[in-house]
Amino acid sequence: MAFFVEPLQYQFFVHGLVAALLVGCLCGLLGVYIVLRQMSYIGHGLSHAVFGGAVVSHLLGVNIYVGAGLWGFGAAVLIQRLTTRRELHADAVIGIVTTASFAVGVALMSRVHRFTQDFEAVLFGNVLGVSEHDLLLIAVVTGLTGLVVTALYKQLLFSAFDEAVAQVAGVPTRLVYLLFACILALAILASMQVLGVTLIAATIVIPAATARLLTHSFSTMLVLSTALGGVTALGGMYLSYYVDIASGASIVLCAALLFVAVLSIRR
Amino acid sequence: MSHALLALQRVSAAYANQPVFTDLDLCLTPGQFAALVGPTGGGKSTLLKLILGLLPCTQGSVQRLPQVTMGYVPQREMIDWRFPVTAEQVVLMGRYRHTSYWPWATRADRREVAALLDRLGLTPYARRHIRQLSGGQQQRVFLARALVARPQLLLLDEPTTGVDLKSQHDILHLLHELNREGMTILLATHDLNTIASHVPWVICFQHGLIVEGPPETVLTPDILRQTYNADMVVLRQDDLTFIANRSLAHPHVAQQGTLAHRPRRVSDGILR
Repeated sequence: MAFFVEPLQYQFFVHGLVAALLVGCLCGLLGVYIVLRQMSYIGHGLSHAVFGGAVVSHLLGVNIYVGAGLWGFGAAVLIQRLTTRRELHADAVIGIVTTASFAVGVALMSRVHRFTQDFEAVLFGNVLGVSEHDLLLIAVVTGLTGLVVTALYKQLLFSAFDEAVAQVAGVPTRLVYLLFACILALAILASMQVLGVTLIAATIVIPAATARLLTHSFSTMLVLSTALGGVTALGGMYLSYYVDIASGASIVLCAALLFVAVLSIRR
Repeated sequence: MSHALLALQRVSAAYANQPVFTDLDLCLTPGQFAALVGPTGGGKSTLLKLILGLLPCTQGSVQRLPQVTMGYVPQREMIDWRFPVTAEQVVLMGRYRHTSYWPWATRADRREVAALLDRLGLTPYARRHIRQLSGGQQQRVFLARALVARPQLLLLDEPTTGVDLKSQHDILHLLHELNREGMTILLATHDLNTIASHVPWVICFQHGLIVEGPPETVLTPDILRQTYNADMVVLRQDDLTFIANRSLAHPHVAQQGTLAHRPRRVSDGILR
C-alpha cells in the first residue's frame, strides 16, 4: 500500500497523476475511432502539426493553446479536403500536411533563438510541471469529449464503419468528421503538457488496439480502451516515479507492455 | 418523365477530370426492377453513387421524386470485416433516420430489426460478429440494413458476387418479393446468367447507356459485344437463357446462339 501512497505526498505528483489519468482515458476513448477508421497515422501527424501551430502562436503573441488548437483543426480539415481527391491516398496527405507543419515549427525555432524550455515540454511532455490551470483545461476537454462521443455515438459508429452508406442514410458525415477533428485537436492540446507531441500518438493507438484484441463489440471496446488508457497512464506515472524515467515514455511503455501481454494471451 | 421515380437528364460524371460517362439519359419508374450490366470499370458503381448523391454530376441533372427514400447495399469488398460489430448492430445502423436522438437503440428499433432478421432467416446469427458469417449471410445482413429504413428505391452493387448459388437464389427471390411489394430496385451486376432469368428489365452500360429493355431483347450477342467488347454466346432453352464468353465456351458451340447438336437436359438438370 505504501508503494501507492508514498508518492501522493507530493503535490506535483498528485497533479501529474490526475492529469495522466484524464489524458489516458481521453486518448483511449478517441483512439477507438482512430484505430477503427484506420487513421492511426493521423494521431501521430496531428500531434506534430500542432507543434508548428504552437510555435507560430508563440511568435505572434497569441495564446499557445488557442493558436495550436486552431492550427491542428485546420490541418485536419486540409487533410480531409485533400483525401477526397482520388490521386492521393490519406497516408500521403497526412504525411505532407503534418510534417510540413512540424517543419514550420522547427524552422522558426532554429531561426528565432528566443525559445525556452516550454517547447521542450511541448515536444517531450513535462507532467511534473502540470499546474491547476492545466488540470482544469484537461478536465474540461475530457468532459467535452465524453459528451460529444456519447451524443454522436450513432453517427460516429456509422461513419466509422461505412461512411458512404452513412451519408445515404442521412448522417452528416462531413460535419461529424469536422467535429471529431475538432475534439481530436483539443485532446492533443490537452495532452501535450503530459505526454509531449512525440508520444501522444502512441497513447491514442495502443489502448484501442489492445481493446480490439479483447472484444468483438464496439461499445465494449470503447469502455475497455478508455479504461486501459487510464490504467496504463497510472501505471506509467508510478513507473516514472520509482524508476526515474520520463513520464510520457513510461506511460507509453506500460501501454506497449500491456499490448504485448494481451497479444501473447490471445494468440 | 413526369411519373418517373428517378430521372437522369444529360448527366455526365468524371473522376479527377477523367470522364466516366457523358450525356446519360435514364429513367426509373416506381415499381421497376432493373439490372445494370456491364464490364468491370464500365461506370456501373459510379452511376449508382451519382444516383445516391455520393458523387456530384459534372453536367446535367438527377431528379428524384420529392421525399423519395433510398437504400444502398455496397459491394462486399468495401466493408471492413474486422470492425467490431455484430449482425444486429449493423442492421440497427440502418434505423438512423427513424430512431430517437438518444445514443442507444429503442425498443421499437430492436423490434423492427428483429422482425427483419427473422424475415431474412438471420435470427440465429444476430449476435455473431460479421466476419463469422458466410458470404450469403453477410450479404443478407447488409440488405437488411438497407431495408430496415424502408426505402422506396433500393440500389445494390454486385449483391450476388462472392456468394454461393443457393444464396444468390435466395437474394434474388427476396428482391422479387420486395419488388412485388412495390419497391423499385436497381441492381448493378456483371453476372449475366443470374439476371437473364430473374430480372425483367436490363440496362446495358459501358461508359454510357448501350441499350435497355427486357432480357429477351437486350441479351443478344450483338448488344453484349457492344457492352463487353467480347464475343458472347447466348443459348435459350425452355424459358432459360445461358450466356458465355465465346473464348471460354464449349467447342461444340459453333454459331452465335446455336449448338452443333441440340442441347438436352440430362438427369442432373444440366444442359449438355
